[in-house]
Amino acid sequence: MAKILEIISASAGYNNEIVLKDINLEISDFDFVGVIGPNGGGKTTLLKLLLGDLKPIKGTVKYCSRTPKESLFGYLPQITSIDKRFPITVNEVVLSGLLGKKGVTGRYNKKDNQLAFDMLNRIGITELKDKAIGELSGGQLQRVFLSRALISHPRLLVLDEPNTFVDNKFEKELYELLKELNNEMAIIMVSHDLGTITSHVKTIACVNRTLHYHPSNRISTEQLAAYDCPIQIIAHGKIPHTILGKH
Amino acid sequence: MLNTIANFFEYQFVTNAFAAALLISIAAAMVGTYIVAKRLVFLSGGITHASFGGIGIAYYIGINPIIGAAVFAVLAAFGVEALHQKMNVREDSAIGMLWSVGMAIGIFFIYLTPGYSPNLMTFLFGSILTVSSSDLILLLILNLVMVSFFVIFYKPILYLAFDSEFAKTQQIPVKIFSYILKGFLAITIVLSIRMVGIILLISMLTIPPTIANLFTKRFSNIIYISAIIGFVGSIGGLLISYNINVPSGATIIMVLVAIFAIAKLAKYIIVRTQLRST
Repeated sequence: MAKILEIISASAGYNNEIVLKDINLEISDFDFVGVIGPNGGGKTTLLKLLLGDLKPIKGTVKYCSRTPKESLFGYLPQITSIDKRFPITVNEVVLSGLLGKKGVTGRYNKKDNQLAFDMLNRIGITELKDKAIGELSGGQLQRVFLSRALISHPRLLVLDEPNTFVDNKFEKELYELLKELNNEMAIIMVSHDLGTITSHVKTIACVNRTLHYHPSNRISTEQLAAYDCPIQIIAHGKIPHTILGKH
Repeated sequence: MLNTIANFFEYQFVTNAFAAALLISIAAAMVGTYIVAKRLVFLSGGITHASFGGIGIAYYIGINPIIGAAVFAVLAAFGVEALHQKMNVREDSAIGMLWSVGMAIGIFFIYLTPGYSPNLMTFLFGSILTVSSSDLILLLILNLVMVSFFVIFYKPILYLAFDSEFAKTQQIPVKIFSYILKGFLAITIVLSIRMVGIILLISMLTIPPTIANLFTKRFSNIIYISAIIGFVGSIGGLLISYNINVPSGATIIMVLVAIFAIAKLAKYIIVRTQLRST
């Protein structure tokens, strides 16, 4: 499996305030990394760092493939950062996933529209094509943004809390879809919900100002404590001593 | 009435006013749609009022007030960002500061300027009938540049307004584009001051896109419809103000608000009928 990118002893932050200190992470094709950690611990900062959106203050982020960045990543940001009243249609949002390939002056052609249609079809929301995003539910909106992230067939899918504001039905479908997608691409996913994440990811990154990589999806509360990664464990019924994947 | 209108057009200044109304409506539609969608209305209000400082200084040192206004508008547009990013002032507080400091500088220097400032009211409340041919040429150039820019770079403009974080991951030079758009905003504001004045200008930018947004959810359609609404509103306001002899700027804004009220009512009726038929 080819390495996609490598973060080497990097520190990052905003306005001279360091959020992440001296972190290392490697992502290869077909990885599925779950990112967990407390609020304000730097999870989103980590994503911005690997997307190249934020330059490291110290250390480097090395891209190991020749794929241009816009085709390397599919990015699903936190839905809360989106203005739902913005005048834009679902189709326009999905097409923006091709923006990087088209360049600043490129026009969308028939082929692009077909790609968008196929994408919506795969996610199961073709009937929403011409709706304004303000008319959608939380789950529908997540599907739209997922379509936007996937339309460029990225090598690495970057998901920032895709399971917020959605119903259980969508969450279940989402994880099934991610499993299928993982056969085609690497995935890195931030989530609050450790109980669910461990059933689906392959490895875990605990992020709290620094990063501890855990090369398995089984993690114990002791290990979490050792990683200085206090997070809420959401589980149904008795909380098991070791959090295992739901198999 | 028809006779009055016919007489009305015999004057050069009336033809100029109509041309200015058309050009300002087009520029305001592009800039207005962007600021309404991206929620930069308060920033735009700040830039507008801050430009008064430039007008005051221009009077004091005896240069063209429009040049002073342009310098201050651009400084305010980027000053807000500098205060916010570099000096760690919260953005809305920074806008509020520049808003009133600009006005204060304007009042200060106009007071220091000896003699009477006859055109002062023109800048505060607008007077489209005083638009000169050179103003028109400037407006025409602004429109040509802006229309070409919006046509060529429509996609990056739309997506940077909608979700600049994502646009950045698609390798769009988000910073450069938003600087250029802020520059257009400042210049459009300055060239529109003549029409409705500093105090009323923000409505000229915001009311047309708000009306258009009632009927379409597409960014590009909002621009087209806003341009038409802006033009209809300004001409309507101009004719009414000429007939009953009241200031044109205020009348234009009132006509635009009336269009908004009618459009809102129409939308309500359309939605009700649709609900009933289904």
